[in-house]
Formats: sequence, structure tokens, C-alpha cells
Amino acid sequence: MSNTSSFTPTYNDHVVRLFTLAAVFWGIIGFTAGVFIALQMAFPVLNVEPLLSFGRLRPVHTSAVIFAFGGNVLFATSYFVVQRTCQTRLWNDTLALFTFWGYQAFIVMAAAGYVLGVNQGKEYAEPELYADLWLTVVWVAYLLIFLMTLKNRKEPHIYVANWFYLSFIVTVAVLHLINNIAVPVEFFGMKTYPLWGGVQSAMIQWWYGHNAVGFFLTAGFLGIMYYFIPKRAERPVYSYRLSILHFWSLIFIYIWAGPHHLLYSALPDWAQTLGMTFSIMLWMPSWGGMINGVMTLSGAWHKLREDPVLQFMIVALAFYGMSTFEGPLMSIKEVNALSHFTDWTIGHVHSGALGWVAFISFGAIYYLVPVLWGKKEMYSSRLISIHLWVATIGIVLYIVAMWVAGIMQGLMWRTYDSMGFLQYSFIETVEKMHVYYLIRVLAGVIYLGAAGVMVYNIYKTITGNNNLPVKEA
Amino acid sequence: MLDKHKSLEKNSILMLVFIVLVVSVGGLVEAIPLFRVETTIEKVQGMRPLTPLELAGQNIYIRENCSVCHSQQIRPLRDEVERYGHYSLAAESMYDHPFLWGSKRTGPDLARVGGKYSDDWHVAHLVNPQEMVPGSIMPSYGFLKERGLDGVKMKKHLQAMKAVGVPYTDEMIAQAYNDLMAQAHPESDGSGLTARYGAKVNIRDFDGHRDNVTEMDALVAYMQVLGTLADLKNYNPDMGAEVKHD
Repeated sequence: MSNTSSFTPTYNDHVVRLFTLAAVFWGIIGFTAGVFIALQMAFPVLNVEPLLSFGRLRPVHTSAVIFAFGGNVLFATSYFVVQRTCQTRLWNDTLALFTFWGYQAFIVMAAAGYVLGVNQGKEYAEPELYADLWLTVVWVAYLLIFLMTLKNRKEPHIYVANWFYLSFIVTVAVLHLINNIAVPVEFFGMKTYPLWGGVQSAMIQWWYGHNAVGFFLTAGFLGIMYYFIPKRAERPVYSYRLSILHFWSLIFIYIWAGPHHLLYSALPDWAQTLGMTFSIMLWMPSWGGMINGVMTLSGAWHKLREDPVLQFMIVALAFYGMSTFEGPLMSIKEVNALSHFTDWTIGHVHSGALGWVAFISFGAIYYLVPVLWGKKEMYSSRLISIHLWVATIGIVLYIVAMWVAGIMQGLMWRTYDSMGFLQYSFIETVEKMHVYYLIRVLAGVIYLGAAGVMVYNIYKTITGNNNLPVKEA
Repeated sequence: MLDKHKSLEKNSILMLVFIVLVVSVGGLVEAIPLFRVETTIEKVQGMRPLTPLELAGQNIYIRENCSVCHSQQIRPLRDEVERYGHYSLAAESMYDHPFLWGSKRTGPDLARVGGKYSDDWHVAHLVNPQEMVPGSIMPSYGFLKERGLDGVKMKKHLQAMKAVGVPYTDEMIAQAYNDLMAQAHPESDGSGLTARYGAKVNIRDFDGHRDNVTEMDALVAYMQVLGTLADLKNYNPDMGAEVKHD
């Protein structure tokens, strides 16, 4: 963090610019895919068999927003942050450029596969072995670049944001490798059979799946929080001790929480109970981190009034706090009995994804764009505010609709009539969802439109001539 | 404590090693015993690997990502058992690579859908779900009727399944193509198929078109076997516990 040294290295910002643009591009693609599959759930006639049916497009949406949008944001910010906090240039320009094109190639490979029906049937790990192996190559290069840049640092200490980035990179590598072991049917074919089957497959898949949330969508984005909030507020991180406690407790506890996706399933009870217990414990480090982020504004609260970029990041933390409270709640078996298999889960995921992950990303992007393109500031601060508030309305509409839909459907499934029979057939509960699915479409359109405002703002910033006289260090 | 932490903050490799150690604990504790503890998978009669035709159907189920809207996991809750049948046992999915329990019920659970509807109903429903179930939001899958199934390749599929631990015998692998054809052609001799997979195997022309074996045949054959294998009438949950003490 400390930019005290008078020496100013030349940073590799070219690759950061590429990742930033890719993040914005894939964000729009991913949100659009989301709106389209939401429309399919309201109007099934929009399914065009076989290529554009819901089953094939759903992973296009999830992969585009998580791995394409989120992944590119993480690459961009981690490469930006590690250079600034280590006061050194990113190690190996060529390899860094390879991680960019290699990662985009992975995204295209995966998405093309889904549409054409290549899918190994594991949620959030849909790509088949050939794409998994390619991603492994890219990811090893990423880890190597990050570690070598850390090694070349001019600062004695590794800054806290980099702990989070490092844990994200290495843990995702471990999860990816173990979850995707598979035996191909033939050498030049695409179909494989995963090594893990049945209950073990379930456990390992959700160990992977939940920690994709924990390390990809949480630890990585906490790295963003720990650099960009202090930087924007021009205040040190609230508590150094809390940072240490936050980091180690978060990464230790998160790993255990996977079985909360398998409550009341055929997974042995002891594993379910462990998963539930650690999920509830996870509330503490999550809120510890949130407090550390928000309280960083101590002594600079007035900036929150004036700076929409800071507002984006603080609203992101508010959504983070909300969804990390809701998550442990839904991990309690009795609550899960109601919420599981319903749209409540979908609402929970989106409060985290749209509210936390995307908002902290938007904040970082609005910070990065002027710096990377040598401009004084974003083209329009007002448009940032509009993006923030319109998108927030979209999120609230989305999660409220899904709460109502999910809880209603869960309750209808378990309703008995006066004769002691189940009152509702399954299809009656589906029909009740229609209006909430329409509201969700509206919410998605609002959120997508707000992101369109961001694209316009970024375009005007980059092509405008509000240049800085000297490059920002 | 804080001083000790400084040594981590100053050494990236040490930090990396510590991170790997800390994140390993939970996964190891939760996953390793599942492979070791005998009670993880119940002792229940009747489970067998899928026939080549059913496996081809399961692969279509995976390809079309059916499990994002349909679970195959009945929880031991009163309403679910009444709606769908006996709660799911771990043994029932032990030959599924990967597991297909799902995480969302946009449509109903399918763990025990086998035998509940006729083949004709399944075909008509897959071709036009709204015709069979007004109000349904399921996409149509009529193209499956037009697509021939590559039965010759199933031999390699069974080999790969054997490599990941599913107990296909050498004979099952050698006869994969014949078994696949026999299951979809009721007029042919199915004695080899039933000898290998049991007398309960459904041998029918699932899609109603005699001329060739289609993806529709395979998917309906898979639907019809779901949840029908385990002998639940003679299943006693306490038996599993007794086995442990032996």
C-alpha cells in the first residue's frame, strides 16, 4: 500500500487494460444470457431445440458471469494490485499476455461446448476434460506470474490483498484438479466419465462448488476490497489484527461448508452436521471482513457522501453482509428443508452475485479505467450514481421476487388438505411461479440496462481527452 | 502471535504452503471417510450398473443438463416421501458418474419416475411437454426422435465406466452393442441381456418406431429404470448398522 518510495517502476498495465475490457464485455454477455434464460422460464416457447434450450444455456449464463466476468475482474485487479503493492513490474510480459488470451480461449471453448451439448454434468464445473486441462495450463501460468511478482517485491511485507489473491489462485487450482479427474471414452473424443461416483461424487462436487463461491467469488473479491476501498478512501485498513484473523479463519472455515448443499440427502449425517456447523460458524469471519472493510472509512465518512465509486464498494459490502447472513441461515437443516430445491436459493445466489461480486467489481472498474487510460476521472460521476441506484433497484426486485416465489413453492409442496392428502400437484406450484418469473425478467433488464450505462461511461472516458499530464504511479 | 505472522508476510512460499495446509483440513476430514466407512453406502439388493441403452440415455440426460431443473434425490421428509416415494439411498446412485442429485426443482424430482408413466406418455411429453402437462415450462425435446443412437461406441463407454470403478464385466463390455440393440427390439432374443442385467430389464420399443434405435429410445429407457432397481421392500435401514459391527 505504502507508496512512500520515490522510485516509480513501470508497470505492465497493458494486460490489465485487456482484462478490464474483457470483464466489461463478458459482463454484458453474461447478464444478457441471464435475462434470456429468465425469459425462457416465463415463456417456454423461447426454447429453441436443441441448441438454445434452457439446459444448454444455463451454464452459458453461470459460466459467463462467474468465470468470464468475475474471472477477468480478478485477473485485472490482481495484476494491478500486485504490481502496486509490491512496487515492481508484473513478472514476464509474454506469459501475462498468454494468460489473457489463454483464459479467453477457455471461456469460448467452454461456452461453445455447452451449446453443442458437451457438458460433464457437474454444476459450475461443466467443461469437459479437454477444456479443464487447458484451464490448468493457464492457471499454473497465473500462479507462477503472481508468485514471481511477489518474489520480486520491493516492499518487505506482502500486503493483505495479496494474501487473499494468493489463496484464491492456489485453492481454485486444488479444487479444479481434484473435482475434474475423469476418464475419457476415447482419446480424441469429448465425453468422459468422472472418477468420483455417487455419494463421493456429491461430496467432492459440492466441496468444489461451495468453495468456488468461497475462494473464487469471495476470497478473490475480498482482495479487491482490501486494496480498492483503502485506496479510494485514502485511509489505512481499519484493523491489521482483524485482517489476519479474517483471512485465516475465513479460508479455514469455508472449506468445510460444502455439505450444506446436501442436507437431508443420502450423504451420511455426520458429514451433513459438520457442513451445517461450519456454515453457521462462517458467519463470523464473513462479518469480520465486512466490518474491516466498512470501518476503513473511519474518519473519511464524508467521502461516502460524495464519491459514487466508494458508494458502489460499500453497498457491495452491505449485500455481502446480507448474503453471508442469509447463507448460514439457509444452512440450518430445518430452514434448508424449506428453501432447498426452490428459487429462494436462486435469490440468495443473486444477492451475493449481483450485489457483492458485481458491485465490488464495478467499483474497482470505475477506479481502474481512468488510471489505466491516463485520464483524470471517469467521464461522468452522475452516470456512476445512476448505475448504482438503478442496479440496486434491480437487485432488490430480483431477490424479493425469488424470496416470495421460493418460500411460496416450498410451502405449497408441503401443504396438506383437510383429508390429509398433499394439497397441490407439482404443476400447480409451477404455475404460481409465473408472475415472479416475470418480475425477475424485469429486474434483470433493469440490472442489464444499468450496466449498459457503465459501458457508455467507460467508452466516453477512454475516448475522451480528459488526460492526466503524468501517468499515475 | 502478530510477530510470528510477520514471517509469513515476508515469505511468499511459506505463505503459500500455509494456505494449502489450512484449506486442506476440511476437505480431507469430510471426504476421506466417505471412501472408507462401510455404512456410507447401504446394503440393498437389486442394484446393478445401467444397461448400455440406459447408460446412453443417462448421457443424453447429462448432455441436455436435465439435472439443472430436475433433482434425483428424495429427502426423508413426509411430503416428499408421499409425493415421490421412498427416500433416496446412497446405494441407488453409486454407479452414477457423476451423481445427478441436482440442486433445483423447477420440475419434479425424477429419482423414482421409472414405471410411473407409459413409454408413450414419455415420448409425447418430451416432444411437447405443454400438451401432456398444461402449464409446464419444460423445453421440448422432439429432436431426440430423429437422432439415431451410435450403439457401436457403447463398448468404449462401458470400458471407461469400468475404469472408474463400475462393475461391468468383460462379457457386458464385449456384448454392449448386442445388448443395446436387444433392449430396444422386443422381437429379438433378449436372453443374453437378461442373463447379464437381470430378468427385470425393460425390453421394449421405447419410442414406438421400430426401424431404428434413437436417442429417444435411450432417454425413455433411462427414465423407466430410475428408482426401480433397489429392492426397497426388503430394505431395513438398521441392517446397515449391524453389518458395521460384524
